Amino acid sequence: MNEFNGEIKKMMIILSKATLENVYAAFVLANGARMEGIEAEMFFTFFGLEAIHKKKLEHLHVATVGNPAMHMPTMLGGLPGMEALATGMMKKEMEKIDMPDVHEFLDILKASGVKLWACKLAMDMFHYKKEDMIDDIDGVITVGDFYKQGSGLGSHMLFI
Amino acid sequence: MEKILAGKTINVNEEGFMTDFSQWNKEVGEAISKEANILLSPRHWQVIDYIQGEFKKEVPLSIRRVGKSGVVDIKEFYSLFPNAPLKTATKIAGIPKPASCI
Repeated sequence: MNEFNGEIKKMMIILSKATLENVYAAFVLANGARMEGIEAEMFFTFFGLEAIHKKKLEHLHVATVGNPAMHMPTMLGGLPGMEALATGMMKKEMEKIDMPDVHEFLDILKASGVKLWACKLAMDMFHYKKEDMIDDIDGVITVGDFYKQGSGLGSHMLFI
Repeated sequence: MEKILAGKTINVNEEGFMTDFSQWNKEVGEAISKEANILLSPRHWQVIDYIQGEFKKEVPLSIRRVGKSGVVDIKEFYSLFPNAPLKTATKIAGIPKPASCI
């Protein structure tokens, strides 16, 4: 009896961007997995590293340029203060629906048993040290290590 | 759907959540917990009491709120009710599954 029914057992979520909307998408998906009894691990690479960078994680912004869902001309999106304005508005709305800020969300993920991995290559590229990252990360690993973590039936990978 | 739990006929939905809280009592809660392979300790009951209290006050439940309740933190919540704590705890408490993503 080795039949696999196709259920999702583990979500491996790769975050490569530091815009607030992408960071939240990744966090909600990881937390939502744990809430359903699904394991979750996150791999922070390239700009995604900012989401676990001690000094940067509280200063993430919504993208106003190159984001068609903002419904504003690209030129306006590039004006000074526009990103801060859009970010402020989004944060206000998120507070209304009881969404935690990035720092608190990371605490929730950690307490829920989500594994947080930093990408070694991107760390080297940005000259980040492990101490620059929040203390809660599980380690700095290679892509190969992350794939190994994700082996097994019912494991899915998601790139954000 | 109907189901026999602790010798009582109970209305449940297809996921096993009770649909009529007035049918709940501690024995029913214990019967549901056994199906979830959880042995209820006094600590579990404190959390269940809290969850039922919030339900009666019509406060929407989320992992974040439970964690901030002062009753239990998120880590302990996961260790008391492994595998989907909010779902399992609300099921045992006899209340609907919270429609929460956080």
